[in-house]
Amino acid sequence: MTDILVYVPNSSKHAAEVLTLARSLGDVAAIAFDDAAASLAGEYGAAKVHKVEAAGVDDYFVDPKATVLIDLVRQSTPGFFLLPSTDEGKALAARVAVALETGLLTDVSGLEADGTATQDAFAGATVVKSKATKGFTLATVKQGALDPAPAPGSPAVETVTANVAESDQRVRVAERVDEPAGDRPNLAEARIVVSGGRGVGSSEDFALVERVADALGGAVGASRAATDAGYYPHKFQVGQTGTTVSPQLYLAVGISGAIQHRAGMQTSRTIVAVNKDADAPIFGMADFGVVGDLFEILPQALEAIEKRK
Amino acid sequence: MNIVVLVKQVPDSGLARQLDDQLRVDRNGANNVMGELDEYAVEAALQLKEAHGGEVTVLTLGPSQATETVRKTLAMGADKALHIEDDAVGGSDALATSKILAAALGRLEWDLVIAGAESTDSGMGIMPQMLAARTGVPALTGARKIDTDGTAITVEHQRANGYDVLTASLPAIVSVWDTINTPRYPSLKGIMAAKRKPVETLALSDLGVDAAEVGPSGANNEVLSAAERPPRTAGQIVTDEGQGGTALAEFLAAEKFI
Ligand SMILES: Cc1cc2nc3c(=O)[nH]c(=O)nc-3n(C[C@H](O)[C@H](O)[C@H](O)COP(=O)(O)OP(=O)(O)OC[C@H]3O[C@@H](n4cnc5c(N)ncnc54)[C@H](O)[C@@H]3O)c2cc1C
Ligand SMILES: Nc1ncnc2c1ncn2[C@@H]1O[C@H](COP(=O)(O)O)[C@@H](O)[C@H]1O
Repeated sequence: MTDILVYVPNSSKHAAEVLTLARSLGDVAAIAFDDAAASLAGEYGAAKVHKVEAAGVDDYFVDPKATVLIDLVRQSTPGFFLLPSTDEGKALAARVAVALETGLLTDVSGLEADGTATQDAFAGATVVKSKATKGFTLATVKQGALDPAPAPGSPAVETVTANVAESDQRVRVAERVDEPAGDRPNLAEARIVVSGGRGVGSSEDFALVERVADALGGAVGASRAATDAGYYPHKFQVGQTGTTVSPQLYLAVGISGAIQHRAGMQTSRTIVAVNKDADAPIFGMADFGVVGDLFEILPQALEAIEKRK
Repeated sequence: MNIVVLVKQVPDSGLARQLDDQLRVDRNGANNVMGELDEYAVEAALQLKEAHGGEVTVLTLGPSQATETVRKTLAMGADKALHIEDDAVGGSDALATSKILAAALGRLEWDLVIAGAESTDSGMGIMPQMLAARTGVPALTGARKIDTDGTAITVEHQRANGYDVLTASLPAIVSVWDTINTPRYPSLKGIMAAKRKPVETLALSDLGVDAAEVGPSGANNEVLSAAERPPRTAGQIVTDEGQGGTALAEFLAAEKFI
């Protein structure tokens, strides 16, 4: 079977999804820079793990990891090299593409063994099939492309020792600032997302959106109009320039459903909308919708939810 | 400090877009605009120029109608532009595009290149890193804030749950998200002044790029087919007449979300 090289950055659901997709294509050799990533690779069926020991690799941005990946791809001549479609995954893939003069497919949601990839174009309005025509298939895999399926095994672990070359020390990570994650589920991975838009009207009233999310055990999201207006922090923005979500339930309140917003949520399994404008585009994609004032509808729904619990 | 801003003309992402019969982005419609994130790149460049002096040069690769986008950047306040236009470019993949843009960057003098974090048509978000690899300068991508003293540069690299502070020496390449600033509108005076600003147009041969390396013949990927995403089946829409919240809860319960 073809060898599938996979970059595993951490133990996230997204990384597990990439491993699951890779396994359907052939024998997986994972590249992990830490123990958590290496053990995820074993849990999700990698036959082999390149465990990289590179002191100081995290002190610099992109370059040192890119060098390690380029070397490993050169040595192992895989049929596919897959990375998660995150900012880091895409940056690394771009470096590999230039170094090896190979094509790059970003944000793929499916891959077949013959290399045919499925990609969304135009914020998901168009579905494209594409393929690398030269060399191997280098692709970044979109979050939420499939359900991760564990396949625990005991991969052969090969330790790769690397030094961070001086030429890779140009962009220093001077500081990492993590904003408190809070008690709610992670937006990108949540099973339920309740998002508020401009219609929520103020940051105080976002508390209502939070209460609904908490009653359902979900994460809170927001449209760009809501984050731009300062109703809710930018990191919760869903859409083209925010987070892409693919939950079981997406509940949009006071959101019109602009193309750029839909780009980040249209693969949700069930979409529910509350909007006072019956012509809002969001209703065109909703499985269930209520036309009316969110300040009437949500408190009543909350009461009914509490009663049912 | 001399800055090059990379801008790409794209079909308006808020309107319906399509692929043409060769499965390329249809750029012949009337709805072409400056890449929506590239406006933030132009604004960032203008603010740095206002603080540090120097010149802002706009670089674009695209068909003749991309001139409109170039004019807009000049009207916003950029000083001059280089427009790479060649019929052989259509159908190029990102790798080939990066070859052409890197060659063009080689002809310009700059301390800093500023790009959008991603284009809003193909939306790959990889060009700035590809250009860093080709030009050999550091890349600080995905910025929500830029600080520079003209020698070193510091950016806040935006992440889902916070940010990283990145530092490097100039020359460097930076890409920006829409959180970085609020782009200005061209003023009437700016629009008038733009008419007199120099725009140089060059072809591939001027850059020493072989046409066979770009376009469909040079591409490493091929689009096999494209289809409209099937619309979601119409759902049930109810109008609130005092029962809307209860109806919502009932739906959620029936779908086992409660
Ligand atoms: C390059 C680019 C990138 C973008 N990226 C994103 C992105 O990542 N995410 C994103 O969301 N947008 C993005 N946008 C912006 C997008 O085009 C829309 O402007 C935005 O999604 C609108 O947000 P909204 O639906 O909250 O606001 P609006 O479009 O103003 O809609 C508000 C809705 O609330 C309803 N409403 C008002 N009051 C009430 C009430 N009391 N009860 C019930 N309903 C009410 C109104 O009927 C209306 O439909 C992007 C735009 C560009 C150009
Ligand atoms: N044809 C082009 N001409 C000029 N700049 C470009 C071009 N393509 C991409 N860019 C720049 O690179 C950024 C990222 O593009 P992409 O990798 O295509 O998403 C864009 O926001 C532009 O700043």
